[in-house]
Amino acid sequence: MKLFGFRIPMMASLVLWALVWEIVGRMDVIFLIPPMSSIISAGFGLVATGSWQSASLVTVRSFVLGMALAIAVGVPLGIAMGRFRIVDNIFGLWVNMFVSAPLSALVPILMILFGLGETTVVVTVFLFAVWIIVLDARAGVMQVPPSLIEMGRSYGASRFTIFTKIILLSALPEILAGIRIGLIRGVKGVVIGQILVSIIGYGELFELYSRSFDMERFWALTMILFAAAMLLSAVVEHFEKRIEYYAGAR
Amino acid sequence: MHMAASPDKVGATGGAGNSSSIAETLAEFARRRKSFWIMASLAILFAVWEIAGRIPISFAFPTFFETVTAFAEMVSDGTLVRAYAITFQPLLLGITASAVLGIGLGIVMGLSDKAEWLLAPVFIVFQAAPMAALVPLVTFVYGIGLVAKTLAVIMLALPVIVLNSYKAIRHVNPSLVDMCRSFQGTRVQQICKIIIPDAAPVLFAGLRLGIAAGFIGVILAELLITPTGIGDLITYHRSIANYAHMYAAVASIIAVSTLTLTALQYVELRFLRPEKRRK
Amino acid sequence: MANPRLAPTAHPSGAASPDVIVEVRDICKHYNDVEALRDINLDFERGKLTTLLGPSGCGKTTLLKIIAGLVPATSGQIRINGKTVTGPGPERAFVFQDFALMPWATVLRNVAFGLELKGVPQAERNRTARHYIREVGLSGFEEKYPHELSGGMRQRVGIARAFSVNADVLLLDEPFSAVDEQNRRKFQEDLLQLVEKERKTFLFVTHSIEEAVYVSDRIVLLSPRPGRVSQIIEPAIDRSAAPDVIRRDKSYLDVVEEIWQGLRQYAE
Repeated sequence: MKLFGFRIPMMASLVLWALVWEIVGRMDVIFLIPPMSSIISAGFGLVATGSWQSASLVTVRSFVLGMALAIAVGVPLGIAMGRFRIVDNIFGLWVNMFVSAPLSALVPILMILFGLGETTVVVTVFLFAVWIIVLDARAGVMQVPPSLIEMGRSYGASRFTIFTKIILLSALPEILAGIRIGLIRGVKGVVIGQILVSIIGYGELFELYSRSFDMERFWALTMILFAAAMLLSAVVEHFEKRIEYYAGAR
Repeated sequence: MHMAASPDKVGATGGAGNSSSIAETLAEFARRRKSFWIMASLAILFAVWEIAGRIPISFAFPTFFETVTAFAEMVSDGTLVRAYAITFQPLLLGITASAVLGIGLGIVMGLSDKAEWLLAPVFIVFQAAPMAALVPLVTFVYGIGLVAKTLAVIMLALPVIVLNSYKAIRHVNPSLVDMCRSFQGTRVQQICKIIIPDAAPVLFAGLRLGIAAGFIGVILAELLITPTGIGDLITYHRSIANYAHMYAAVASIIAVSTLTLTALQYVELRFLRPEKRRK
Repeated sequence: MANPRLAPTAHPSGAASPDVIVEVRDICKHYNDVEALRDINLDFERGKLTTLLGPSGCGKTTLLKIIAGLVPATSGQIRINGKTVTGPGPERAFVFQDFALMPWATVLRNVAFGLELKGVPQAERNRTARHYIREVGLSGFEEKYPHELSGGMRQRVGIARAFSVNADVLLLDEPFSAVDEQNRRKFQEDLLQLVEKERKTFLFVTHSIEEAVYVSDRIVLLSPRPGRVSQIIEPAIDRSAAPDVIRRDKSYLDVVEEIWQGLRQYAE
């Protein structure tokens, strides 16, 4: 299989799997797997319904809020950790711990603290996304070649100028990479948050469809969600690739 | 990309000179020992926690000491140990299955372009997918028992292990493989004597990431399928408003997961890549 | 201004030297649209050290790897001892530019690796390995790991490994390029001694003119884009003299200068 790059094999192989799904679905092997074609038509029907649209609104709202917070807090903290050893020392333990910890365990606590509503979901998204954003911002700042900074100083640049004109730009690709991964994690956060809270947004819909065994709509919703997440990630990746050379040879 | 948690102990500072003040000694000590900062971080958190609990910021927010007491109680009367014994079953089963299957698949995908084309996108989708939506589906087929939970662990750990394993194989030093070929090594010899040993450290790292995913999987299973073990402790104490106990249980799973992963990272650095060990 | 020391040998199309061990016939190599090598025809005499010399992009490493059997030629033939070869074989051993040492194995295991692949029993292969470890001057380092060695020492491990399999032809791909200048000179001298001692055929790739003139019986100059044989030179230098004397010998310096003038046009 000649690989021209990533995009082509990704789509070609998945198309093959979609076909396999269609065949398995038609053979009615298990109710969990309806034919792909009926999922797709259910999907089109779904997006027209009011319930989906309002659920999407709630979900998108929570997601965007949580992500915005995660970026607003995460990027500066990561940069601070990369620049100042003392910040790194204080926060290093927590960031490294939470980036691979099972954060879902925290959601029950969030539920009793923030109630069974959107706030909990927003905090969940924040917590899921922020740690990797911090780590990558930190890594980006620490990877700036020292010779670049020395160059700036030798030409008489102020600390602020060095920071904005050299360090930030050089670290930008890695910061974007962290945001990209943070977005994927944020989607996981919004889903787990809503499912556990289970009375709002997509969480409510998932609960509804699985309870009534409406697998077509269930899968349609999953795929819409997933496609949205992948699209967002691809958009960020596009920008990331365009400015990848800012970091020199990473 | 991630910082390695390596508690460097660069020998204690020598006796402070008569002229140094306490603050200077402390600063010097802080600069040299990483463990100081771990202690300081923890101390700061515990202090903030205690204060927040006393205010209190919420009726459902116990103080640090209340939580510690609850934790000690659960350890001493055995509830915590029993809970972990239950929670660890699907975790260990799932990780083992994922490791065997995952590394095997990863090796195949690393060596065969066709296998990669066919399988890599599937696992990439799985790794990025919000599994929380899919885990409950398992109950339709496998009920709410051990099998279902083990499957949930596999659903989360397998993609991580597969993807890391196959990248490990693909990033083997091609010069080494060429060297083996130049001495007329057969393909089997290339795979067994060069490719797998060269990929071993990254394979192990992938396993470690898989175990992290496994912890996430088992917690999702306990929260979404049915609570047993630690999940049961959390839900039970929440239902009777024993918030200190609930928090203690949550903190314990985070701590257990972190300690396990740190231990694995230590093993990895110390035994698998002596030349990359931080000095 | 022909230098009498530079005796360009005629293209060996018809009369072959009596003891040719490697024959390169009409070798061409294409990478997609790029022509890396065109119509290479060369003979290599047994027991001699021949260097492939040229600027970057002239395909010298590619040619070496084709002779080694690591890279397939687009067209043409390689014959070793009269037999056509298409892949690696026991009569050839390769020394890599980046050393290609297994980082998880000791020096002893690395040197014995060629024999290990052939199924030679452990006691015997370790004995052979120890002998060559001593020959390259690494006695006492048998149990060390590559990351504990300097670049020069690692390359010596690679050379010991190549000797251990008792191949007729040794192919060395810029073996000293990753070594610092002082050690490099020492290695060149050591290499000459090994050549004297082992009486094998050596094919050497380098981009250093001085190195080529110092060690070689014969220099093949390749010109780039596409790689072609441009000149063959046999430096008539008295190698019995001490190394420092050789490096200041007039004929040595003249050959170097002549080659440099010839290659100058390719400098960017």
